[in-house]
Amino acid sequence: MNVGPLIVTFLTGATLIAIFFIPHHLAQKLQSTLLEWAAVVYAFALILGSMSLWAVHQRKIKARGTGWPFSLVTLGALVVMTTGGVFQGIEEGTVVNWLYNAANSPLASTMFSLLAFFIASAAFRAFRARNTEATLLLLTAIVMMFGRVSIGEYVWSGFPAVTEWLLDVPNLAAKRAIAIGIGLGAVSTALKIILGIERSYLGRS
Amino acid sequence: MAGPRWTDRLMGIDRRFLFIVIAVAVTLPLLFPVNLPISVSPRVRAAYETIDAVPNGSPILLSLDYEPDVMAELQPMAIAVLRHCFRKNLKPVVLTLYPAAPGLIERALAIASEAEGKKRNVDYVFLGYKSGSQAVILGMGESIRGLFPKDFWGTPLDEIPIMKGIDSYAGFPLVVNLSGSKIADYYIQIAHTRYHRPLVLGSTAVMATDYYPYLSSKQLLGLIGGMKGAAEYERLIDIVGDARKGMDAQSLVHVVIVALVLLGNVAFLSSRGRGARPGGGAS
Amino acid sequence: MSTDPQILVAGLLTLCIFSFLYRDNPFYKFAEHLFVGVAAGYLLAVQFQNVLKPNVIDSLGTAISAAGTGDLSPKWWTLVPLFLGIILLGRLWTRTSGLARWALAFYVGIYSGIAVPAYMQAQIFAQLADAVKPFGTGWEALYSALVLIGFLGVLAYFFFSSHHRGAHGVAARVGIWFLMIAFGASFGYTVMARVSLLIARVQFMLRDFVHILPGA
Repeated sequence: MNVGPLIVTFLTGATLIAIFFIPHHLAQKLQSTLLEWAAVVYAFALILGSMSLWAVHQRKIKARGTGWPFSLVTLGALVVMTTGGVFQGIEEGTVVNWLYNAANSPLASTMFSLLAFFIASAAFRAFRARNTEATLLLLTAIVMMFGRVSIGEYVWSGFPAVTEWLLDVPNLAAKRAIAIGIGLGAVSTALKIILGIERSYLGRS
Repeated sequence: MAGPRWTDRLMGIDRRFLFIVIAVAVTLPLLFPVNLPISVSPRVRAAYETIDAVPNGSPILLSLDYEPDVMAELQPMAIAVLRHCFRKNLKPVVLTLYPAAPGLIERALAIASEAEGKKRNVDYVFLGYKSGSQAVILGMGESIRGLFPKDFWGTPLDEIPIMKGIDSYAGFPLVVNLSGSKIADYYIQIAHTRYHRPLVLGSTAVMATDYYPYLSSKQLLGLIGGMKGAAEYERLIDIVGDARKGMDAQSLVHVVIVALVLLGNVAFLSSRGRGARPGGGAS
Repeated sequence: MSTDPQILVAGLLTLCIFSFLYRDNPFYKFAEHLFVGVAAGYLLAVQFQNVLKPNVIDSLGTAISAAGTGDLSPKWWTLVPLFLGIILLGRLWTRTSGLARWALAFYVGIYSGIAVPAYMQAQIFAQLADAVKPFGTGWEALYSALVLIGFLGVLAYFFFSSHHRGAHGVAARVGIWFLMIAFGASFGYTVMARVSLLIARVQFMLRDFVHILPGA
């Protein structure tokens, strides 16, 4: 049942790998075309996600589940933004642009800014020097937090230099190994997908 | 039976008290700034000097890829880099690969161009947003007009003097990417490694430590990390933007958090020393 | 307090989110649900204007008007991604979810194919080349040696095909120390990043919303 899609994966993947080695303009044109098609498929993936979001909240409203009025807010906002974006556009002066500046932007920023509070609370409660490794992590974090702000230099003039050394030597070593590990993992996963060994992305038959 | 130890009382403190402490630590320095001096780190200086070394009047590709969730770090950075480019009479060609970014970038361009007396399509171009990330970064190696036939406001690229003779990376002596995500990796993989463009990166602080290997291998020529990096860049071009204004608050909050961590560990070690159950609980 | 409706709404919504710090409440829930709807709707709007309209609707429109003149425009190829996109939507219903696999296979194949040479060239080969370059002189030589030792130690740690015993165990332990320093650095920077986001929101509230700070 999956043979057809697996062949498609193989053909597209192998083609893109081959095109990397072929500088001819026709090969590059083919690559551009395929990537444009992928962008269209991605747009439909977002539509799929929104339809799924709609279904979840619609079910909740229908069943009068806990907090169902809030689901009305979500669906209402979704309808307004989508309709406005499709028929009026998204440039300055449109409803979508106004709501983006009034709601989307501040809500996104504020949601993430809450993390500052939680990271402080979590650090107080859970960041413990339980063993050698944890102590090393703790001390490095403290040096970083002092070394990267102005007040650190007042406490000890050597903080910035130590901070840079930690970043340029041990941090570099570890992150390089991690980067190579990630690269090897990404390449092996991509090859497994192209060769049909890895099929989980297709879902269950 | 002995009452609760001070360590248990300390660890049992309501977290909302900690939230108030953090809120006060952020707000006070903003209301009563001390203007602590900011020293410039070598990596930010390298980014500045790389952009500064681009010949005056040259075009420069600026990919501003961030959304409102990280604009606190990257918007001041974008404004500072744009102002630097404008002062050197460089012609930024700006684009974004993030759908929620165009509004932020329009604002950054408006602020920077107004401050330096620059005009749209004469001194800079904003290509707008294009979906596809890697596809777009790859596509710019072949044809920018194929991806962006018009600029963000609908002017055909052929009618914009800055874009004359430029249709790929080859037309830019430098690419600058300000990114809050893996887009930075794609620019390293494609724009630098495949198309051999010199690359400078501005990133969020969360990501910055991951890019030191690329600095060592010269795949990146400079790195501006987080709001502190933006503040350092503002200092280098001698402006006082939001990043510099926030550094006093950053200092105080860091001191508070370090104090909390040390306090927690003192309580923990004290409990362990007495053989009691170590403190700590849910945050 | 600002009189600009946009800033007023932004400020009030900011306060709704911050109210979560006290405890979960209807204001926070309202803001949270509004955010989900607005963000999803905005993404759809942008995708429509930047992808579907130019790449599909306008392309097909051009092809249809050209067809009347007998011109077999290559823009008819736009039907392929349109077809793939439509069958992708079939994932919502059990009877049609099998069709969606073709679209998924196409998309995953494309980006897997891009990933292989990109990661090999930029992340594996380039980093290995930099890892084995000659040491400098003086202190630089010591630092370069430390980087090499740490790099090999971390690689040893992540090699799980054999037990971490003997020389491998020692190398892995050294690797763990370097990893702890790297993660400590990341933690410090993460704290810096999160605090920066909070500083910006407070700047907005004090400057643009309640006009206490200058510069609104």
